[in-house]
Amino acid sequence: MELMDQDSLLKSAANGNRRDLSRLLTYVERGIKLNYPEKTHPRKSSVIGITGPPGVGKSSLIGRIISYCNSRNQNVAVLAIDPSSPRSGGALLGDRVRMESADSGELVYVRSLSTGGNPGGLSSSLISMIELLSYCGWENIVIETVGSGQSEIKIVAFADKIILVDGPDRGDIIQAEKAGIIELADIIVINKSDLPGAIKAAESIRSSLSFADEKKSPDVILVSAQMNDGIDEMMDLVENCDSPDWREKIKIQERLLSLWDSRLLSSPSLNRIIDELQTGSISLDDALDKLAR
Amino acid sequence: MLQGGSPFRIFDTMKIVMAKPGLDGHDRGAKVIARSLRDGGHEVVYTGLRRTPEEISRIVMDEDANALALSTLSGAHDVLVPRICELLKETGMGNVMVFLGGIIPDRDRESMFSSGVRAIFGPGSRTDEILSFLDEANSRVESGAPIGVGDGDGWRWN
Repeated sequence: MELMDQDSLLKSAANGNRRDLSRLLTYVERGIKLNYPEKTHPRKSSVIGITGPPGVGKSSLIGRIISYCNSRNQNVAVLAIDPSSPRSGGALLGDRVRMESADSGELVYVRSLSTGGNPGGLSSSLISMIELLSYCGWENIVIETVGSGQSEIKIVAFADKIILVDGPDRGDIIQAEKAGIIELADIIVINKSDLPGAIKAAESIRSSLSFADEKKSPDVILVSAQMNDGIDEMMDLVENCDSPDWREKIKIQERLLSLWDSRLLSSPSLNRIIDELQTGSISLDDALDKLAR
Repeated sequence: MLQGGSPFRIFDTMKIVMAKPGLDGHDRGAKVIARSLRDGGHEVVYTGLRRTPEEISRIVMDEDANALALSTLSGAHDVLVPRICELLKETGMGNVMVFLGGIIPDRDRESMFSSGVRAIFGPGSRTDEILSFLDEANSRVESGAPIGVGDGDGWRWN
């Protein structure tokens, strides 16, 4: 990979050259730090994180968010994340298939990412990618996480607003009683509202949240990405909701952890230390001490 | 899961966009190939069905892909493939490698290659052969030899 002339790439990307933006995103994905011109004041983008279990319609919903933003003449960049194979390191990235609005027009940019394509960990490269997109004038940035369980709070590290997506057919509502991402979401969207069971699912989640602090609990709304129903209401809520203050602290903590992970993963001695751990010649504590040095 | 970041990932693999251009609704073959490329360690972006040449070249650009795999069974390859190759060249993506799968009659192979296609994998192709092709392409890149759609030089796999 050629590293020449980062400055002119940056300039051209900021002037709207997609090809150069794409190239720079690859650099950043691979852990290369960009040097922004000093006098630039940071442009502020609105960063929306979309999370939720696999198959609830996150990508389809993002397709609608793209159309929503574009119809208001706002641009939107999407970073869609799918898992890498732990065995081969390869990945099949299929989120684009569901985003019908993604492949035309100057007002949308979609990039597929794998969890394994980043030497320093995905979280830290995402933070840098958001910074770059923001610098290049993308007003709205949407991050789609891989289908997640309950404990995925890393999204807090990048997103200003978090949408938790769920579906009508998710069975046991005790899931909603469990703590985790559900407490961090700004709004909870029950997608596929055109299917039976959606209203019941929304009610169950509402009632389980009602036991918590009422003023702070997120709105639960019904949406159908397929039928394009409820999208405007959803975006209104996203734009107007106030995230709780305590989340800022968690955000900073998660950013710190991401950077820590990144340092660890990009340490030149990592592979050797893992080998030593495997043969049992050092303990986990020893390994950490060695890495921290 | 936003973690990940395997320390073992070495970048001798490719990011490959897999697309089905035009009016062709059969993608079993494309999906099988996409999976085997994944198992070979590559990153594959699957675009879904019925994409226009403009959409495809745009996706290759946004994804900053190293290679484009086109699958076509409809018989329209003689129009669509040269158009896509031209678009890539026109938009500064002449370094992207293009390879082809599906039904390509023998009489059309030469014109596909002269558009810039580097390999054609028809029915009965083995997935490990496709992976060997990508390995060779990668070692060409390392030695500075061209593989792109706009690079000329006549290298082809088959």
